[in-house]
Amino acid sequence: MAVLQMQRISICAMKKNRKAILERLQELGAMEIDIQLPDDSGYKKMDITNSKATFEKQAQTADRALEVLHEYAPEKTGMLASLAGKPLVDHDLFDKAAKNHDNYLETAHRIVTLDKQIAEQKANIQKLQNQIESLAPWMGLTVPVSFTGTRKTACLIGTMAGAQSLESLYGLLAKHAPEADALDIQVIFTDKDYTYLAVVCLKKDAQIVEEALRAGGFAKPAQTVNKVPTQWQKELQSEADEASRQIETLEKEIADYAGSRQDLRMVSDYCRIRAEKYEILGKLPQTKNTFALSGYVPAYRADQVVREFSEKYDAVVETEQMKEDEAPPVLLKNNGFSESVEGVLASFGLPGKGEIDPTFFTSIFYVFLFGLMLSDAAYGLIVSLACGILLVKCPRMATNLRKSIKLFFWCGISTMFWGVMFGGYFGDVVDVVSETFFGHKVSIPALWFVPLNDPMKLLLFSMLFGVIHLFTGLALKGYMCIRDGRYLDFVCDCVLWFLLLGGLIGMLLPSELFAGIAGQQIYFPEALKAVVKWMAIIGAVGIVLMSGRENKNFGVRIALGAYDLYGMTSWLSDVLSYSRLLALGLATGVIASVVNQMGSMAGKGVVGVIVFILVFLVGHTLNIGINLLGAYVHTCRLQYVEFFGKFYEGGGKAFEPFMLKTKYVDIKEEN
Amino acid sequence: MAAMLEMIGGNGWALLGAALAAILAGCGSAYGVGVAGQAACGVVTEDPGKFVQVLVLQLLPGTQGIYGLLIAFVALSRYGLLGGGGMELTVAQGLMVLAACLPIGIVGLISARHQGKTAVAAIGIVAKKPDQFGKAMIFPAMVETYAILALLISILALPTI
Repeated sequence: MAVLQMQRISICAMKKNRKAILERLQELGAMEIDIQLPDDSGYKKMDITNSKATFEKQAQTADRALEVLHEYAPEKTGMLASLAGKPLVDHDLFDKAAKNHDNYLETAHRIVTLDKQIAEQKANIQKLQNQIESLAPWMGLTVPVSFTGTRKTACLIGTMAGAQSLESLYGLLAKHAPEADALDIQVIFTDKDYTYLAVVCLKKDAQIVEEALRAGGFAKPAQTVNKVPTQWQKELQSEADEASRQIETLEKEIADYAGSRQDLRMVSDYCRIRAEKYEILGKLPQTKNTFALSGYVPAYRADQVVREFSEKYDAVVETEQMKEDEAPPVLLKNNGFSESVEGVLASFGLPGKGEIDPTFFTSIFYVFLFGLMLSDAAYGLIVSLACGILLVKCPRMATNLRKSIKLFFWCGISTMFWGVMFGGYFGDVVDVVSETFFGHKVSIPALWFVPLNDPMKLLLFSMLFGVIHLFTGLALKGYMCIRDGRYLDFVCDCVLWFLLLGGLIGMLLPSELFAGIAGQQIYFPEALKAVVKWMAIIGAVGIVLMSGRENKNFGVRIALGAYDLYGMTSWLSDVLSYSRLLALGLATGVIASVVNQMGSMAGKGVVGVIVFILVFLVGHTLNIGINLLGAYVHTCRLQYVEFFGKFYEGGGKAFEPFMLKTKYVDIKEEN
Repeated sequence: MAAMLEMIGGNGWALLGAALAAILAGCGSAYGVGVAGQAACGVVTEDPGKFVQVLVLQLLPGTQGIYGLLIAFVALSRYGLLGGGGMELTVAQGLMVLAACLPIGIVGLISARHQGKTAVAAIGIVAKKPDQFGKAMIFPAMVETYAILALLISILALPTI
């Protein structure tokens, strides 16, 4: 439970060691480089844009090659592959990839080129197919489409709009070219848009016949080839077949590269690492023979870094004090249980400067409240089992994912606990099954009580849990005040509120109003009653007097104080907000029993059992899904809004060390 | 007036209440999930990788319909309106059941519509800043609070007869 202490470390060394130092730093992954120099400092910086871009492009090529490989030679992966995380690779193996990186990139280029060729061939086939299609109506023609006639005769080949009959064509020619004799019209093909025809006439009549035809909408085909259509089609088809064969060969060639997948992954990561290194290199201030760098290192690793670099690389290494206004990056360190909630915390915001790390408290309340909302022993078991199996099966899962899965594992356990307390096992499946199929009702009694039978009781307990949660938040605020030596703040912003709220709750408990809700009268001795009354009064007066203490004007100060006292209403709404614990808990149970009841409606017998099983599976899967989502969202809300609202603002920047950032493999550390 | 109440009968009023809880809250959720779904489709067209995130946001306004169903079911089963063989409710009891069903019905309808619109905006956050998913989720969840409060009152108000 802590934000790790950071230390600023600056290194100054000779240029000849630059490469070695940067590489070692990257390997250690212990330092976030943060160099702050005014623009006019006079130090030179290297222009690395080109080198960086080259490596980035190479990494992209390798990535693209991997995508292509995946398309033509899919890797057999298990169901859990997407969760399994990056495989661990020996340092030597990776070094080999680094040495051969030109060769491997060659392979990547080759694969990408092959893919491009396939795309070209595919486009080619498409073009050929289109040609074949446009040729289809001419198949009845026994001369080339471009055929113009013999020595004595002319042949006019073309299309006319609309479906024309032979008679109407002869009629058309008789009307517009009555002088032409010896005509022969052949309709080759007709569809609803066009008539494809060939007209043979004497050469001397050719012109008037063509004009007559044009009057009827005749047009010669746009492309003409000097080949008989059937022959032409055959040639095109064989060309397309050839292209298909080529595609097959190309695909096979790509698939043959499947073995170099691992090499491509490593070379992609290698290029990525180099690009990252160049990025840093470009930021370093340099002189003719030296260079310097500076950054944050977690304090527990600072000694190691200082010793290693000053001994091995002849560098001057200094640790500096953090400046007042400096906000170092945040790295959290928590125990195995609490760290699982770090993701939830990070999506709200990491601790800002001077704030404590609330992960420990958040984790306890998160798991507790989540279980209360889901509260079904069987659902909890399913969630825990699923997460547990994932954790065991995929030991190399990405860290953040692992933490989330672990969080749900613990939440599942808590759900089981509350399920047993409230007697929920798939809702009331035991009751329903025993009654429907075995004739006599068996039920597992709740260890504590059944919420649906006594919702008021759970409502009160929900609010009690809420008050504990909120008071923990207020106490943490008080702790921060004391830690920073702001004792006045501690008294005014924390103690006075405790007095006021504690007093008010103390006054409420013995009242008739409370007795009406709880169905039970609580009796306080007179002395205690007086104590809580004075607690509330002191708290209220104190808040009115002290809340606006930063303001010199007394009137304004009192007005601000009164306004702050009005903030009491927000406490009321915060506490009421915890009634969602009851509502969501009931929702799970009731929907589960709806499912069970629907399943049992088909009655006894084989059909009844089958229907029950089907409804059971679908219904409960749905119910787990929707209620997991509900519990997750609303537990987050209770943390973010109610709990953090009391003491925590966030706004810290995550620690992002200069390290081996890889996409496909993790490199085993050398010892 | 009294004759009309009498004509519909206690069971009729109770049934009307259960039906309204399911109908109103269900309509609200259908609208909310619908508009959020449209926005989610837009995001997935651009970036299929955000599918799970936007799906979660789309589902948020869906809970009101479930709360409505829940109340309808509790009402039906508590007064034996489910599957016959039930009790005969007086008109007064029937009207009480109707009144108890109204909070989740009406609040469910309106809150689900608004939660849907908030979910659309939250999906906009995820589209532009995927790392802010945690915060994006909280805004629609704020709206839901009031549906939960209504659900609570409906549960507590359903009279035990």
